[in-house]
Amino acid sequence: MNQPAENQQPARPGLWLPVWTLAERELIRFLRQRTRVIGALGQPLLFWILFGAGLRNSFQAPAWSQVLGRELTYQEYFFPGVAVLIVLFTAIFSTISIIEDRKEGFLQGVLVSPISRLALVLGKLTGGMLLSLIQAGIFLALAPWMGISFGLVQFVLIFGFLALLAFTLTALGFVMAWPLDSTQGYHALMSMLLMPMWLLSGAFFPGGETGWLSWVMRLNPLTYGIAALRRLLYWDHELPTSIGLPSLGASILVTVVFAVVCIGLSVVLASRQSSRNAR
Amino acid sequence: MSASAPAISVQDVRFAYSERQALNGLTFDVQDGEIFGLLGPNGGGKSTLFRILSTLLPLQQGAAKVGGFDLTSQQAMVRQILGVTFQSPSLDRKLTVQENLKHQGHLYGLRGADLQSRIGLGLERLGVADRRRDLVGKLSGGLQRRVEIAKSLLHRPRLLLLDEPSTGLDPGARIELWKYMRELRQVMALTIVVTTHLLDEAEDCDRLGILHEGQMVALDTPDALRSSVGGDCLTIRSRDPERLAGDISSQFGVTVHRVGDQLRIEREHGHDLLRDVVAQFGTAITSVTLGKPTLEDVFVQRTGKQFW
Repeated sequence: MNQPAENQQPARPGLWLPVWTLAERELIRFLRQRTRVIGALGQPLLFWILFGAGLRNSFQAPAWSQVLGRELTYQEYFFPGVAVLIVLFTAIFSTISIIEDRKEGFLQGVLVSPISRLALVLGKLTGGMLLSLIQAGIFLALAPWMGISFGLVQFVLIFGFLALLAFTLTALGFVMAWPLDSTQGYHALMSMLLMPMWLLSGAFFPGGETGWLSWVMRLNPLTYGIAALRRLLYWDHELPTSIGLPSLGASILVTVVFAVVCIGLSVVLASRQSSRNAR
Repeated sequence: MSASAPAISVQDVRFAYSERQALNGLTFDVQDGEIFGLLGPNGGGKSTLFRILSTLLPLQQGAAKVGGFDLTSQQAMVRQILGVTFQSPSLDRKLTVQENLKHQGHLYGLRGADLQSRIGLGLERLGVADRRRDLVGKLSGGLQRRVEIAKSLLHRPRLLLLDEPSTGLDPGARIELWKYMRELRQVMALTIVVTTHLLDEAEDCDRLGILHEGQMVALDTPDALRSSVGGDCLTIRSRDPERLAGDISSQFGVTVHRVGDQLRIEREHGHDLLRDVVAQFGTAITSVTLGKPTLEDVFVQRTGKQFW
């Protein structure tokens, strides 16, 4: 071939350029679909306002709230749960698009490119994580109104942890969405798995210290995500540990392990050459 | 790649989905710089072959090299020298033409001024430079296909694979697409492999492989394939094809192939036979056509089945 300039081999794409470009695409797509903003931020916000008002009088604050030295309203109790719900919804919306991308053909285009499968996964997760942080950030700006205030260090810790949690939940969504070929299937998994996981994490109600529910909470990895966020929000208070509220160290450890498992599974799934990639 | 090495070399490739055998021992080469067509009805195996060559499906059995690189052990290299245009557009319809190409460039390690100039040049070559700021979803099917091709050529592959490029395009857009493809082959020294189920499109290829039930039943230039059928081709429809076939064959001593409800006779000086057959069995015939062999005739001759 006598076309050296035209047929020059491009450099290998590396890891970060593809990761960033895939994440950037997620952000642009999100901003162009107004309904997604309403879905991921609006619905949890609505839950927070409505449940906060509706359950105000029947809510029994958990024992640890005595440390705060003031009454814990349901709205305040529910606050970190809603922040996590925003992260969860964002993760769901970001990963459900895997199914659409596969149907429309965009995913196939990425799969035949020379990027590593790790880059493909990290691109998706980074996109989901950034969207989560933006939306959860908007919601957390309401914290002072709840009587929760935080300084710079606390702010960095909270956002750092939310980033980890968003990464984890997006990876969990990735693992669920990758093998599916219909969004209906995803909706089924969402209501049978993801929503119960959130409901039984201490996000929505404190949960007892005994009985089967306490075991579900103990085994639910998201319990540790909610607990870590709650502890970071009340950084200045020594909250006692309980089943619904494990210690900060245990919470972060479990979340990190959960993250590694979900990301690892995502990469394994994405690396398999199978006929489902080739529709 | 040396001048003599084939752009693609496939040896005894077999592939089975869970139960169905899709490819049944395929062996062929694609020469450097040619437009090679894979023709066959849907389900013939061409899409499976396309997916294997584009690295979406694993190679289960046999060996294949793309651009001299082994499809299994040198997959990363294959992906770098390969451009792929899918049947379902891999463009993001919610992004602009420019944005789609920018992301594509990044996936291939291109960036900055180099990427910008490649995008400009690529869009110009395919005649879509004036649409670069438009959302892809707003472009017509023909323009989308051209943007898609510009996208797959951005990293200047040596080889372009296209899956059913004319699907969903009107005839005008199809002719234009092929004009661009021939130009690109010249300018970029490309080898192009096209899958198609359209006989018209197959005529435009330099060489053609006809796939049927996972096997290559014919492989040559479209002209050579047609002349291999020989003479003229007489196609007769009848309400009672079975009986008519017997009658014609005993009366004129010719071989009559029955394909579905059609009878086909290949023969030199077909017009003489046509005259005699109509004179003799006119009432039993609903329609009759006489023509030079087409690629459809080639398919019928090699497989004994109708193309459609």
